[in-house]
Amino acid sequence: MIRKTLNLFLAIGAAATVGIGAAAASGGGTAPLKHEHWSFAGPFGTYDKEAMQRGYQVYETICSNCHGVSLLAFRNLGEKGGPFHLDACPAGIPETVDCSIANNNPIVKAIAANYKFKVTDGPDDTGGMFDRAPIPSDRIPSPYANEQQARAANGGARPPDLSLIIKARHHGPDYVYSLLTGFEEAPPNFNLAPTQHYNPYFPGDMSQLLKEEFRTPEGHPIEGIEIPHGGVLAMAPPLADGVVDYADESVPETVEQYSHDVVQFLAWASEPKMEARKKLGFMTIAYLLVLTGILYWSYREIWSKVEH
Amino acid sequence: MSHESTYKPGTAIERWLDKRLPIIRLGYDSFVDFPTPKNLNYWWTFGGILAVCLVIQILTGVILAMHYTPNSALAFNSVEHIMRDVNYGWLMRYVHANGASMFFLAVYIHMFRGLFYGSYKEPREMLWILGVVIFLLMMATAFMGYVLPWGQMSYWGATVITNILGAIPVLGESIRTLLWGGPSVDNPTLNRFFSLHYLLPFAIAGVVVLHVWALHIPGNNNPAGIPVKDVKKDTVPFHPYYTVKDGFAIAAFLVLFSLFVFYGPNTLGHPDNYIEANPLSTPAHIVPEWYFLPFYAILRAITFNIGPITSKLGGVIAMFGAIAVLFVLPWLDTSKVRSMRYRPTAQLWFYLFVIDCLALGYLGSQPAEGKFVMMAQIATAYYFLFFLVILPLLGLFEKPKPQPRSIAESVLKPHQSDAGIAVQPAE
Amino acid sequence: MSASSDTHNTLSGEEPTRRDFIHIFGASVAAVGVIGVAVPLVDQMNPDASVLALSTKEVDLSGVPVGQAVKVMWQGKPVFIRHRTGEEIKQAEETPLSALKDPIARNDNLPGKDDAEDKNRVINPAWVVVVGVCTHLGCVPLGTSQGESRGDFDGWFCPCHGSHYDVAGRIRKGPAPENLLVPPYQFLTDTTIRIG
Repeated sequence: MIRKTLNLFLAIGAAATVGIGAAAASGGGTAPLKHEHWSFAGPFGTYDKEAMQRGYQVYETICSNCHGVSLLAFRNLGEKGGPFHLDACPAGIPETVDCSIANNNPIVKAIAANYKFKVTDGPDDTGGMFDRAPIPSDRIPSPYANEQQARAANGGARPPDLSLIIKARHHGPDYVYSLLTGFEEAPPNFNLAPTQHYNPYFPGDMSQLLKEEFRTPEGHPIEGIEIPHGGVLAMAPPLADGVVDYADESVPETVEQYSHDVVQFLAWASEPKMEARKKLGFMTIAYLLVLTGILYWSYREIWSKVEH
Repeated sequence: MSHESTYKPGTAIERWLDKRLPIIRLGYDSFVDFPTPKNLNYWWTFGGILAVCLVIQILTGVILAMHYTPNSALAFNSVEHIMRDVNYGWLMRYVHANGASMFFLAVYIHMFRGLFYGSYKEPREMLWILGVVIFLLMMATAFMGYVLPWGQMSYWGATVITNILGAIPVLGESIRTLLWGGPSVDNPTLNRFFSLHYLLPFAIAGVVVLHVWALHIPGNNNPAGIPVKDVKKDTVPFHPYYTVKDGFAIAAFLVLFSLFVFYGPNTLGHPDNYIEANPLSTPAHIVPEWYFLPFYAILRAITFNIGPITSKLGGVIAMFGAIAVLFVLPWLDTSKVRSMRYRPTAQLWFYLFVIDCLALGYLGSQPAEGKFVMMAQIATAYYFLFFLVILPLLGLFEKPKPQPRSIAESVLKPHQSDAGIAVQPAE
Repeated sequence: MSASSDTHNTLSGEEPTRRDFIHIFGASVAAVGVIGVAVPLVDQMNPDASVLALSTKEVDLSGVPVGQAVKVMWQGKPVFIRHRTGEEIKQAEETPLSALKDPIARNDNLPGKDDAEDKNRVINPAWVVVVGVCTHLGCVPLGTSQGESRGDFDGWFCPCHGSHYDVAGRIRKGPAPENLLVPPYQFLTDTTIRIG
């Protein structure tokens, strides 16, 4: 036992020396995220329905060319809390139809029927697969049939599925917003391939791309060269001012606004039951606080007769 | 303390049943008229809280199993199906996931309470050992449960932890292969983990019954650490005095639980587990759930070979040793005084030990590099020193404060107890 | 959730007093909580959103000759679609209501409880669409495929316990209490229907 402890202490010194050396070599990291105000933050936060609708439009126009949202079905768009949920049918639909049910929602039906990708169904009576227009109960079709196809079409990089992207990243909403609005001209002195796009918010290691002439023979950057934040990714800046036409003229058609809206949509896609959760949580905690109070009273009452 | 049964069957049916299967008598003697020291504080409510945690986990777990698919191609999607489509599925999953954290939070408090008040000492050694068995089963259950969503952290956590077992000499490789059911973590692993994850909670429930049995033979320890002398003066019946007090504590605990479930359901989780498992790409930092962090820190603290023992095996030994040492704790502590209330020196070391465990938890969450390595090694050293050196020596050299003569006295005159009363050994 | 209870008064063996109110109140509030918890625990077993969404099925009828029938799956159950001959239609239409064991139409396309006349069982008299689940204990009746027994009334025959249905899917003889259910459906074109 004592020998083991001694060994431990001996090792501590050695480890400390090695550790400090290693710490000095690491650097880079990502830039501090931009902090947006999100309507869905906080215990009473809810999604901004109009922003979600615009966000869906941005997704469908731009993002969906490379990224799927495979966990979402069209019907989800029209379910309670979804961007296109309706409480009552618009004029022109028979009274017997309940448009609050997503399958009957005319907006959702139109989105599904006109979607840019078809659904592969089958086998039919002759055993073959066939393509057909999606219906609300279908999952939203992804741009690529499988991972290999996605990689082949994108120079080896796979565009991640966006269904859970907000929950799958630290500080998801701020991260996605910062990334979308954060593309920059690559800093000088670095070798970037045409398929590489610099973004200070994307995790990576820029020191690997430093041009030869700015390195010491050991490969470290020479004096005066700073390694910038972030890294490079295969996605080119996807958004530009004006690329998506908003129906509402009062909403600016800027990269910032697009990013903000698409984050609203993706946040909902990641956690569609958030509003129901917070609502039920409020009632549950209110109930539990009352119960706790009553039980405390009951407990004091019972113990009041005991000497303690 | 064993006591005469006071159950009197009221109705003819109860009398009939009592002659054949005295189950009502058992319940009555265990949870209604069980004489319980009247000086128990709030730290003693965590036993009841833990029972509630186990029930919540089993209930929500059985429900989740109705909707979950243990297949590596479908598991991730089926969890999201629960989150999105199943009625209240999100609630079941968030309660179950956070319930594991709440369970461990409560069990750690329960264990520290036992440590402080000497609840492991004679005659409660079996009670303590059964508790450690429950703790071990909980860790195995939680580990396998975390694999089931088949996210990146699930997959790589399973890979790393099963590889740890591979470090065991001679048997390690075979154990690892048996867990994997193939050359790596894959569908067979997921299937057997699901099966065992479903099985073990019922094993836990079984050991809990033994734990309660072992509690009811000597009776509860208490903050004064002295035995019951006079049942009338020193104890109150469990019901209603402690049922209501436990009920109050449980309700308060559920408030905390609800805050996590409803307002921060992913606070204790890791974002990487919302990415489906990918055997081709390891996340930047593999971090276990918070309740494993202290042990993870101990595992990584051994970065050096000790004679023939490689650092890898050394880490495994240290990690399992950290739990194994709890089994022999009743025989390591040489003090005649149970409660640290009367052991001022031991108290200081105890508080340092609590801080040490928290520090290990923090270090387990940090990358194992730089100053963190050394700090983890110091913290690991203290963890073992506390059990193996400090507790044995303290009992021989410390001067405990005088203990009250009886529980009743400790309750009535808590502040006069140290004046002029002779030191009494606990037993 | 462990509940407090009103045993305080039982301990002292007296009638509940004002001071016992809090214990009874506490137990009642806890009981309400238990009921509240039971709601999601039970409701999770109801059909989930993805199941409810798969409630429609389109069927192309152009390949079903007169006098024959097909069986398709809808919501995990068989649906029988029979292309009736003129004679069969006549036979069904002329069946008096008094001959029917179950006089109610059992048609999900109709709002009320109409009579089980043939016209209330079909949309287009040439096509009978019924859920192929015997209303007795849930077996699948015979009579859809060629060569199967169609029972005494030329419709369907359930072999489990001997229920005979006529060519409009109405129960005529045997233990089944109700007519075969007509699922909600509509004709999209002359030869395509959507069930659900």
